[in-house]
Amino acid sequence: MRDKAAFEQVFKIKGGDFINAGESSIRIRNILKDIGIDANIIRRVAIAAYEAEMNVVMYAQRGLMKVVINPEQIFLRVEDKGQGIEDIELAMRPGFSTATEEMRERGFGAGMGLPNIKRNSDHFSIRSSVGQGTKLEMIFELNGENG
Amino acid sequence: MTLDKIKESLNCRVFCGFDKLQIDINSAKASDLMSDVLRFSGPGKLLLTGLTNIQVIRTCDIAGICAVVFVRGKQPSTETIELSKKCDIAILTSDLSMFESCGILYANGIKGVTIKPKNNI
Repeated sequence: MRDKAAFEQVFKIKGGDFINAGESSIRIRNILKDIGIDANIIRRVAIAAYEAEMNVVMYAQRGLMKVVINPEQIFLRVEDKGQGIEDIELAMRPGFSTATEEMRERGFGAGMGLPNIKRNSDHFSIRSSVGQGTKLEMIFELNGENG
Repeated sequence: MTLDKIKESLNCRVFCGFDKLQIDINSAKASDLMSDVLRFSGPGKLLLTGLTNIQVIRTCDIAGICAVVFVRGKQPSTETIELSKKCDIAILTSDLSMFESCGILYANGIKGVTIKPKNNI
């Protein structure tokens, strides 16, 4: 990940900003398209990034999404300042959700966000502190069996 | 089945994406839950939904969906139409229910999108 040839960019995500929610993920998707990454990998990265971005918009005050691309891997880190997650195991369970009515009305908060992120990435880690925030890290192998 | 034929079958009004009416649609997804739309990411190029906010269009953009039918007579907002034009996604509306719309399309040979193993998502 410290390769000189690596491409790196950081995107700011604003909590509660449903108008622009998803813009950063779409920009990352477009960068991957421009580089010529395999379409199947692009779809997986875009979905994971978008779910993570929506989580920041829905549950945190602000967040940063960092993407690092090198010849072997795509690395994504989404870190937020927000309420954090009390029980990560429960949050990972498909269908479990703490979403508000407003989020559900927008079509989110179905309890599939974190499971979708895990499912689409090759390596996934999550750390969270209640009252402070959450950090997700995802790795997508470019030359692996899923590529 | 072309999008134009789908438009006729569901008695749709087209809001934008007239240039997409000749696209051949083989499979579709139907949901009001955007994470489910993303979970069933695959070859489906059409989404049927009762939600009309801009997140639906962003979700379609991420999932590679090129046309949306808003069912139950839901009308898209100006913002939704504008974003659709920007993302190159067609918008159609139908007064039919989700159930009826899906039934008609299924009877006409449109398939659903099922979850596949991780490497074929």
